[in-house]
Amino acid sequence: METTENKKELLRGGQFLVKETKAEDVFTPEDFTEEQQMMRDSVKEFIDREVWPKKEEFEKKNYALTEEVMQKAGELGFLGVAVPEEYDGLGMGFVSTMLVCDYISGATGSIATAFGAHTGIGTLPILLYGTEEQRKKYVPKLSTGEWFGAYCLTEPGAGSDANSGKTKAELTEDGKHYKINGQKMWISNAGFADIFIVFARIEDDKYITGFIVEYDKENPNGITFGEEEKKLGIHSSSTRQVFFNDTKVPVENMLSERGNGFKIAMNALNVGRIKLASATIDAQRRVTDVAVKYANDRVQFKTPIAKFGAIKSKLAEMATSAWVGEAANYRAAKMIEDRINLRMENGESHADAELKTFEEYAIECSILKVACSEDIQNCSDEGIQIFGGMGFSADTPMESAWRDARIARIYEGTNEINRMLAVGMLIKKAMKGHVDLLGPAQAVADELTGIPSMDKPDYSELFAEEKEMIKKLKKVFLMVAGSAVQKFGQDLEEHQQLLLAASDILIETYMAESGILRAEKNAKRFGEDQQKEQIQMAKLYLYHAVDTVNQKAKEGIASFAEGDEQRMMLMGLKRFTKYENMPNVVALRNSIAEKLTSENKYVF
Amino acid sequence: MKILVCISHVPDTTSKINFTDGDSKFDTAGVQFVINPNDEFGLTRAMWFKEKQGATVDVVNVGGTETEPTLRKALAIGADSAIRVDATPTDGFFVAKQLAKVAKEGNYDLIIAGRESIDYNGGMVPGMLAALMDANFINTCISLEVEGDTAKAIREIDGGKETLTAKLPLVIGGQKGLVEEKDLKIPNMRGIMQARKKPLNVVAAEDASAQTEAKKFEKPAPKGEVKLVDPDNLDELIDLLHNEAKAI
Ligand SMILES: Cc1cc2nc3c(=O)[nH]c(=O)nc-3n(C[C@H](O)[C@H](O)[C@H](O)COP(=O)(O)OP(=O)(O)OC[C@H]3O[C@@H](n4cnc5c(N)ncnc54)[C@H](O)[C@@H]3O)c2cc1C
Ligand SMILES: Cc1cc2nc3c(=O)[nH]c(=O)nc-3n(C[C@H](O)[C@H](O)[C@H](O)COP(=O)(O)OP(=O)(O)OC[C@H]3O[C@@H](n4cnc5c(N)ncnc54)[C@H](O)[C@@H]3O)c2cc1C
Repeated sequence: METTENKKELLRGGQFLVKETKAEDVFTPEDFTEEQQMMRDSVKEFIDREVWPKKEEFEKKNYALTEEVMQKAGELGFLGVAVPEEYDGLGMGFVSTMLVCDYISGATGSIATAFGAHTGIGTLPILLYGTEEQRKKYVPKLSTGEWFGAYCLTEPGAGSDANSGKTKAELTEDGKHYKINGQKMWISNAGFADIFIVFARIEDDKYITGFIVEYDKENPNGITFGEEEKKLGIHSSSTRQVFFNDTKVPVENMLSERGNGFKIAMNALNVGRIKLASATIDAQRRVTDVAVKYANDRVQFKTPIAKFGAIKSKLAEMATSAWVGEAANYRAAKMIEDRINLRMENGESHADAELKTFEEYAIECSILKVACSEDIQNCSDEGIQIFGGMGFSADTPMESAWRDARIARIYEGTNEINRMLAVGMLIKKAMKGHVDLLGPAQAVADELTGIPSMDKPDYSELFAEEKEMIKKLKKVFLMVAGSAVQKFGQDLEEHQQLLLAASDILIETYMAESGILRAEKNAKRFGEDQQKEQIQMAKLYLYHAVDTVNQKAKEGIASFAEGDEQRMMLMGLKRFTKYENMPNVVALRNSIAEKLTSENKYVF
Repeated sequence: MKILVCISHVPDTTSKINFTDGDSKFDTAGVQFVINPNDEFGLTRAMWFKEKQGATVDVVNVGGTETEPTLRKALAIGADSAIRVDATPTDGFFVAKQLAKVAKEGNYDLIIAGRESIDYNGGMVPGMLAALMDANFINTCISLEVEGDTAKAIREIDGGKETLTAKLPLVIGGQKGLVEEKDLKIPNMRGIMQARKKPLNVVAAEDASAQTEAKKFEKPAPKGEVKLVDPDNLDELIDLLHNEAKAI
């Protein structure tokens, strides 16, 4: 296990499951440097000024407005945060990258999508896989917003099965060009992009190949576009089909090697996924903030509705998922940043270090994508509910927030695909010996047949109960996934519902642990009184996680175990999800909600 | 041209205002601080002088370490260096004394302050500063140009405007109009990174005693309930306006 400069432990991808993380080793938003705080304030100011007041305009399919905001974002340097300085970027670390993505994305999904598609899947493939010439030629223009990027992977017949595309690339007779023919679908930024990352198949290759394709309105080179798609949400994000008819691309515009496209596509998506997770956080903060203000203002039965338990419960849950999502995102972001730095210290190039690191933490990226995209959906749904009839009206920001949230569960890999990936990758890592799951899984199996330990922690200590619970939730995963692997071996892939259940256990455990660690670290440095509501939010989130884990594990166990084996595992499950001291969640929610309503804003 | 912009570090306008110590001190707990809006207009105008006329722009604040993020923001927006006079700003006279010393020692030609701060709203500092420096003074300034050693300014006066010229060195009390809201600059990423490398000099305060002392603050009385009066019942309305609201 490596350690970073200040001797904190740096876990490998997926290792959180078998290794205890110390609170002092996690990074939290309270650790932002002064520079990062300034960046956050600057992005916030930009969005408050340029986007939030125009929220209604963004519902009117105003694609030009999106382009204009993106240009301004480029002028302010927001598009080049992650780009190294030699390509006219700012060369900042991954925490800063996530922070800009977080705060730029909260006001409308249209900007979130345009920003994500441009800086992520539109720019990264060149940065990570491009040759020096390709990088020099394209990246500076992309990082300043002079040019915009789009990413063409999906086709009418190739969505989740991304490698099945029919788009072809054929070498011209003189060997100087590839001719691209095919149809791409659902391409974000298509309406204003200058650079398209296009995946196409050469001959009958097993895997597709990536190309950098320039688009020039004056000389379209066989590139044409479908009409703007009519969408449920993100109304001012440009989404079109893109057609390639004998589009000639110089051979030197191939990305990486022939047949490497699928790998490029998947790796770009790993980064895209975690950034998409961060892109839901400020949306949750804003929705909660607006909901708190409305609840304080709206009077029914001569009482502000914020005083009703039903509403308090919603406000508390909304704030909790925003705050825990934030904890998990920045925890992972810093791990990724540290790992990249460590690899570079060991002599790897920036691109290689990033690539290997994102591959390594692909599990965490998928976990966050799924959890946060579902949290913003719930948050905006309850936001509508708090607004009552007004929530259903297009005149309030709730309605569009809810519609915009919906896409996050579909793109960058659907949540089903990401759920299965998370568990699948973890098992693969265990098989390859990259993470030792087998030992701990065996230990849990032994524990099931042994005599339960009577050792109890000192429950008067902050989070003693919760930290023990997190350990137990990890055991549930090891128990369920461990026996499932034993039972089905390679065939486990075919048992999707079981995989999905295991994935939910994994996801809830990671998220709940992140909340506890953030609150614990902050309670230690700022005092428990000052962190009262944060401690409560961590506890509230865990309470739900325990329930989900219990339910999903039962489902999984019953699907493959019978008789004594089943009984033994269910008994284990009962033990592993049992609170010694049941939290009073009603009181927790009341207290969290009172903090929000008394300050009349999202305060955490 | 050497410009000094006086930056007051004030609570964001949406902050909840509370007092401590027997209502004699402002409670800063949980409060977000920003550059005083009038100073931000001034700073933005100063950046214009920097870009168009090659002026150098320094910013100054009298306050504790907690004001440094505000000064860094001014540096990120484009100021060349910052000075923090390390002292609690106990009253307007004390602040003006400190600013005058910095301004004189730095030989500034133009000192841009705000017409008033949005925290204590004294509106006294710029005038006192000009007097202490023996410099010209234009308050409520809504337009400012400089050519050679002469400034041409427009000042808002009751019901109109006054255009005037003045020789440098000059102190202005600036406000909106110097630039508009849309001109205000958001610090860009490069500016933020450079701000870290720009000098922020902390200097000791000059001995000066405050001339006033805040004894007690009071919040305005909460608004009463709205009373609805039936349109047919004008007598009741008149009675309420006369006896309760004492408006007629
Ligand atoms: C607004 C918008 C913007 C987009 N932007 C881009 C872009 O910029 N570039 C780009 O290349 N693509 C883009 N996409 C495409 C997006 O990535 C795909 O829509 C997504 O990957 C799903 O593919 P699909 O729509 O073909 O759904 P399908 O793959 O047909 O999936 C349909 C359903 O089946 C499920 N499913 C599929 N396969 C499996 C499986 N093996 N096991 C279990 N369940 C499965 C899915 O989870 C889903 O619920 C965008 C889409 C939208 C709507
Ligand atoms: C931490 C703190 C403690 C305080 N303690 C006391 C106290 O104990 N008793 C008391 O009576 N008052 C106290 N004050 C208030 C303080 O006296 C006023 O902030 C000061 O007198 C300035 O007056 P004003 O805000 O009314 O400024 P105005 O005259 O309204 O300000 C006009 C302009 O002057 C400039 N300016 C004002 N203040 C500063 C500054 N500090 N640095 C640089 N430029 C400035 C700005 O350009 C501003 O726009 C305190 C203020 C602070 C921030």
